[in-house]
Amino acid sequence: MATVELRNLRKTYLHEEIIKGISLAITDREFVVFVGPSGCGKSTLLRMIAGLEDISAGDLLIDGQRVNDTDPARRGVAMVFQSYALYPHMNVYRNMEFSLRLAGMPEAERRRRIGDVARILQLDPYLDHRPGQLSGGQRQRVAIGRAIVRNPRVFLFDEPLSNLDAALRGQMRVELASLHRRLGATTIYVTHDQVEAMTMADRIVVLNRGVVEQIGTPLELYHRPRNLFVARFMGSPAMNLLPARIHALTPDGMAQVQAGAVSVSIPTRHGGPEAGTAGTLGIRPEHILIDPQGAITGMVTISERLGAITLLHVRLTDGQMIVVQTGGDNTDRADTPIRLTLGEEHCHLFDADGMALAREADHPLLSDL
Amino acid sequence: MARTRTRLRQGVVTILGWAIALWMFFPILWMFLTGFKNEPDAISTPPHLFFSPTLSSYRDVFAREDYWHFATNSVVISVLATVVALLVSIPAAYAMAFLPGPRTRMTLLWMLSTRMLPPVGVLVPIYLLARATGLLDSRTGLIVIYMLTNLPITVWMLYTFFREVPVPILEAGRMDGATRWQEVTQVLMPLALPGIASTGLLSLILCWNETFWSLNLTSSIAAPLTTFIASFSSPEGLFFAKLSAASTLAVAPIMVFGWASQKQLVRGLTFGAVK
Ligand SMILES: Nc1ncnc2c1ncn2[C@@H]1O[C@H](COP(=O)(O)OP(=O)(O)OP(=O)(O)O)[C@@H](O)[C@H]1O
Ligand SMILES: [Mg+2]
Repeated sequence: MATVELRNLRKTYLHEEIIKGISLAITDREFVVFVGPSGCGKSTLLRMIAGLEDISAGDLLIDGQRVNDTDPARRGVAMVFQSYALYPHMNVYRNMEFSLRLAGMPEAERRRRIGDVARILQLDPYLDHRPGQLSGGQRQRVAIGRAIVRNPRVFLFDEPLSNLDAALRGQMRVELASLHRRLGATTIYVTHDQVEAMTMADRIVVLNRGVVEQIGTPLELYHRPRNLFVARFMGSPAMNLLPARIHALTPDGMAQVQAGAVSVSIPTRHGGPEAGTAGTLGIRPEHILIDPQGAITGMVTISERLGAITLLHVRLTDGQMIVVQTGGDNTDRADTPIRLTLGEEHCHLFDADGMALAREADHPLLSDL
Repeated sequence: MARTRTRLRQGVVTILGWAIALWMFFPILWMFLTGFKNEPDAISTPPHLFFSPTLSSYRDVFAREDYWHFATNSVVISVLATVVALLVSIPAAYAMAFLPGPRTRMTLLWMLSTRMLPPVGVLVPIYLLARATGLLDSRTGLIVIYMLTNLPITVWMLYTFFREVPVPILEAGRMDGATRWQEVTQVLMPLALPGIASTGLLSLILCWNETFWSLNLTSSIAAPLTTFIASFSSPEGLFFAKLSAASTLAVAPIMVFGWASQKQLVRGLTFGAVK
């Protein structure tokens, strides 16, 4: 049982505000992922929760208790660092034992706990190895083991997999997810990796320049980005964004949108856009269909074949570039003409300030979330 | 062709290296040899390359002065000054390396700048202070002075070594519940041990060889080996053989010590370079 609540947290270095008032309530057993561009303050926020960084203003509550001024170890949080930060002068056993020894746990109990954790993480054969003698993946396991032996209320991870190669990262991702299910500890996880964020998170927090852009489940962020920043940030390949103008608004809420040579009508909610305003039209690459009767014409400039899917980079007749995702068996080559249609129900419309305009229909998956 | 040329170059470099090393070592070798001559041999020009070695100078030296008294002073003063210097500079370097403030850099530079003063510039005030506090000709007096004059160097060296320690490791210690004391003694110090050891070695050597303050602040009770050497150079004219024997006796312990620990010393001094 551990909840974490951030109430208007702020961090100021000298005169620069790095974290500008972040509020967030994390429920028990939740897996929350922080994402955002480099330098947006993810690590700083995580370190404030850990107790490694002072909190300039606001309140941090763990299980309802204010812990702003509590020592890291007393907060009941454990952290896994990007660089693993193992104690190089201690073997694996001693690395995991350190916190237990400092806490004054009896020898037998320590041995039992470390034995359990080593079994879960398959570290038994390496208990008397020094970190220097281990591979990256094994070091990562030790770092995780060092965090779990303490039985913390909250786990903090700062890009724990970023030093591993792609294959190992995929494997560790699955292991971490199943570990989370098994231990059920509240977890806050910082990452750069879209796949990690989408697959592991219960909720994703998108940060930008010290503020929260959006909080939501992975699919919410993917299908219903609140603004242009989130639309751009979530998803790979990224959403196509075309400067657009709203021409007309029919009484039943259909917005006639013109973006260069592309013309679509998007169902919006009442009180949405006004006719004649500028905005941005967004459409994900997988929602553009190749259609011999399509109204949108262009030339394929590059075809990226990824095996399972193919990404076509298309130059529209008005000169704009868009990316189209299609099947791996696509045969369109560079420098051939192509006709496309947009799935209108999948289009996103953003106003001149970059805020998303509410759509009438939601993604079917979102209704049962 | 290219191979022979590199080999040739290697040969030249090797010979040059040996030549420079011998040239630098020569005075020490000469001193060592002179200690085993009798006085006429010692001052003869041209010097006798072959002579019958004798221990008479050593016998004279031991007869005139109580070598062990001086040697004990040297050991006690150097070791204690080094220990106290480390006790003071480890926390100082920790604070400067891991909790720097806006003035840390200036403080470090200022500390180092005090080493640039010629000691004689502060001889009178220090002498008067030592007299007023009753520390003239006392081991405590020299320990305090040595410790203080070496602090800038030990703090700087430790600061440099500590900066090499990855901060996340210390933070991991903090997350694991280490107090500041445990963080320093159980995480930082084991990690920086090579650096701490070489800092201690350097401090020992500096203390052992310090001459100015020992000559001016001690006379008999607390006099270390540097004073012992000096006592052979003045009153009844120069006796080169005896002086050389005394010098050899004075530098031998630290030379043996330095040689025994040279691996440690080199490792510490190049710690940052190779990592
Ligand atoms: N000790 C510090 N003093 C001053 N500014 C700092 C300090 N630590 C971090 N910053 C600044 O705070 C901002 C956020 O840094 P932070 O490390 O939290 O970013 P991040 O989101 O984790 O980035 P990355 O994805 O690259 O790890 C950066 O602009 C950084 O320059
Ligand atoms: Mg970071």
